[in-house]
Amino acid sequence: MAFAAFATTEAQPQAPKRKSRIALFLLLPGILYMVLFFLTPLISLILTSLQAPNEFGDIGVYDYAFNWQNYVTVVQEYWPHILRSFGYALVATVLALAFSYPLAYFIGVKARRWPLLQSIMLVLVIAPFFISFLLRTLAWKQLLSDESLIITSLKALSLMAPDAHFTGTPAAVIFGLTYNFIPFMTLPLYTTLERLDMRYLEAGSDLYANPFAVFRKVTIPLSMPGIVAGTLLTFIPAAGDYVNASRDFLGGPDTQMMGNVIEANFLVLLNYPAAAALSIILMAAILVLVGIYVRRSGTEDLL
Amino acid sequence: MSGEVQAAAVLGGFQESEQLDDSGPRGGRERRQRIGLGDWLLPVYTVLAFVFLLIPIVYTFVFSFNDSIKSNIAWRGFTLDKWLNVCNVEGGAVCEAFANSIVIGLAATVFATVLGTAIAIALVRYRFRARSSISLLLFLPMATPEVVLGAGLAAQFLAVGVPKDMTTIILAHTMFCISFVVVTVKARVASLDPALEEAGRDLYGSPSQVFWRITFPLLLPGIMAAALLSFALSFDDFIITNFNSGSVSTFPKYIYISASRGIPAEANVIASAVFIFALVLVIIAQVSRVARNKRLAKLS
Repeated sequence: MAFAAFATTEAQPQAPKRKSRIALFLLLPGILYMVLFFLTPLISLILTSLQAPNEFGDIGVYDYAFNWQNYVTVVQEYWPHILRSFGYALVATVLALAFSYPLAYFIGVKARRWPLLQSIMLVLVIAPFFISFLLRTLAWKQLLSDESLIITSLKALSLMAPDAHFTGTPAAVIFGLTYNFIPFMTLPLYTTLERLDMRYLEAGSDLYANPFAVFRKVTIPLSMPGIVAGTLLTFIPAAGDYVNASRDFLGGPDTQMMGNVIEANFLVLLNYPAAAALSIILMAAILVLVGIYVRRSGTEDLL
Repeated sequence: MSGEVQAAAVLGGFQESEQLDDSGPRGGRERRQRIGLGDWLLPVYTVLAFVFLLIPIVYTFVFSFNDSIKSNIAWRGFTLDKWLNVCNVEGGAVCEAFANSIVIGLAATVFATVLGTAIAIALVRYRFRARSSISLLLFLPMATPEVVLGAGLAAQFLAVGVPKDMTTIILAHTMFCISFVVVTVKARVASLDPALEEAGRDLYGSPSQVFWRITFPLLLPGIMAAALLSFALSFDDFIITNFNSGSVSTFPKYIYISASRGIPAEANVIASAVFIFALVLVIIAQVSRVARNKRLAKLS
């Protein structure tokens, strides 16, 4: 299902070739809108990424050019941020999967007999969506600050060095990314697990597979569409996020991600070509990674 | 992106049960098993997981009652004052930002729902060339990081020389909401029984009568879910807004900017009120959905 939202297989024409003028009338405004405000901005972004500074202009004035050197410059300057973005997003995705799978399994499989409980738990999973993403992250910043109950207790129990900090570290940023994208992981997992046919699992144990083998050879492969959809829904926004890594939130000077440098270059330094080149690199890298991942996990039909 | 669609369905609670629950055959017979580790481990884990997920929400809610002076960090005692005088802080900056967010959310929701619903109907009902490129055009925004969408639009507004204000925010929000509306409504259109419309035509209903009397009411639950999802996405969006807002403040942007100097408790009040409102709405929708399914099960 997941990415099959736009797949063509289910698009059975209910009224083939009927009044294509109506179809045009229905499609045209929306498609025109997407061309104007999604496609052309991407083209603007590519053009901007190749701009060169105006010789006589002020800061923030650029001319159209074919200055592909911008890409070399940003990679040289920001390669730690690029690596951090993908590294943090990857770890956060794995953690979110580990956290969400048992939760989704309980809601989707164990709680089937109680539809009301199932509904309540689903509402609780998406409840964090109803409160501002930024306030949730700030709440964690306070809850995990050096003076907080959690951190002081950890230090009292000698689980943390007395002079160590949590906020401002890569661990804190990864923690924030994981927390914030858990609902995106849990919901698609729930959707596939909810449809899991228990008879396959029974067949597995009838064939003398132990519960672990049943889980590994039956449950996991059957829930693969949910795993792929959930990991993509977590990885893509996590790689581009800059709120968690921001210094006013959970990050510090050494945790800045690509999003942070894109924001800084675009909105503060007015270095539009650098920001655009970084954005293009981010998008291209994500498309390539997603393509490889989907192919390797054997779920091409999802796209 | 079933995650969002699912979220929309839960948000709305309007989607019919056959869409959410058309699961395949399930193991009907429950096996008698010995009480294993999993029997209590998983429920305990689930409870702990929910505690973890809800901690920041409880924190935000509790600190909306904090008798704070400027920054809302240390607990200084209980007060209802912030709830009663939300707009009194910083000349009402929080409330202005909140009002902007509501206006932007409503406008983007209306535009995205109208444009997206039309596309969804056309995609399911009509055959035409370029269909796969259109699907790709609608799918790509959902697979693009927000920072790229935001920077792209900002680069375009800059190139064309459009000043950034409320309009540019609404244009940006409408763009990313359309894709989600299409996915949500498309599912509903696909599950529609064409026989119902045929019946309308057989009874000499004009095309517009058939649409407004039969098709539209049947699509309404999906459209409502899509509209709610759009509003929620727009209301909570920060990244795209930040690139395209100029000096206009929205609620998330207000929080981002004040994060360095401390968020006033009034922001917690607004966030908590929105949370409670949304939660009550969703619970009512969910409870009525479960009750309706039970009634239907009894009938059949």
